[in-house]
Amino acid sequence: MNRSAPPYVRDGIVLGAAVGVFGVAFGVLAVASGLTVGQASAMSVLVFTGASQFAAVSVIGSGGGVATAVGSALLLSARNGVYGLALAKRLPERGVRRFAAAQLVIDESTAMAVAQRDPADQRGAFWATGLAVFVFWNIGTLIGALGGNAIGDPKTLGLDAAFPAAFIALMIPALHERPKLAAALIGAAIAVVAVPTTKAGLPILLAALAAPIVLVTQRSRAR
Amino acid sequence: MSWTAILVLACGAYAFKAVGLIAGDRIRVLGRAEPLLALLPPALLAALVMVQTFDGGRTLVLDARAIGVAAGAVAAWRRAPFIVVVVLAAAATAITRAV
Repeated sequence: MNRSAPPYVRDGIVLGAAVGVFGVAFGVLAVASGLTVGQASAMSVLVFTGASQFAAVSVIGSGGGVATAVGSALLLSARNGVYGLALAKRLPERGVRRFAAAQLVIDESTAMAVAQRDPADQRGAFWATGLAVFVFWNIGTLIGALGGNAIGDPKTLGLDAAFPAAFIALMIPALHERPKLAAALIGAAIAVVAVPTTKAGLPILLAALAAPIVLVTQRSRAR
Repeated sequence: MSWTAILVLACGAYAFKAVGLIAGDRIRVLGRAEPLLALLPPALLAALVMVQTFDGGRTLVLDARAIGVAAGAVAAWRRAPFIVVVVLAAAATAITRAV
């Protein structure tokens, strides 16, 4: 790698590589659930939302209906819409690039983009991370679908804990700002309450309510 | 799973992403939404951290993930490089599971 490459390129590749291991696991699970290699790969290119894809093939694999599979997958992908709201100003792209950027709006690219201070870095981190995750996720899916599960279960490697730790690391600098710290704490609390009581996907979606809660509280205090 | 189902899912997932970006532009044109939009990523990412750490399928669980995430969080707090945070969290979780 180029020594002069910005740090977010290296960090984006680190995240992408970890995602790639889950891509292998997805490919294995998809084929075990009855998808063809072509279908598994098409899903990773076209849907490109890890949690949604795992949910869809898990439902199918456990004998659930297609409507349930698509429904639970879409519920998990809805949060990308909220990320899009916040990313819009950071992505001045227009035309074809704008369409391509939309496909890369996921947890990792959002977390990396908002962690940068400089607007040019925010945009660069979004693309570097989004593309790295896209490439690793799709290569992983293909390897897994073709039967190459030599890497084994990503959980044995502890990689399921790598993502929340990475997101914490990316969030820490912003938490020095009081409103953002408050939004993070309230969002976390909403998720903890919602996990046992709502469907998968909703805990993260409902956490968006933390934003207006913080703003309203701030304004009523200022009065 | 049929090709139709895969395409429906792909269109739906893409629609969420695209509508978010488009609506984000529109809201900004209307103005004054900036403080609200700025608070969405920390709120959602913190929720994501909770789900990825404690979700045991409609129940909260305290398992090896929490050990790894805690180790990674401490490293991040001490300003360890990003890759150290990621590797430490994974290693601590893997070791906890192995013993």
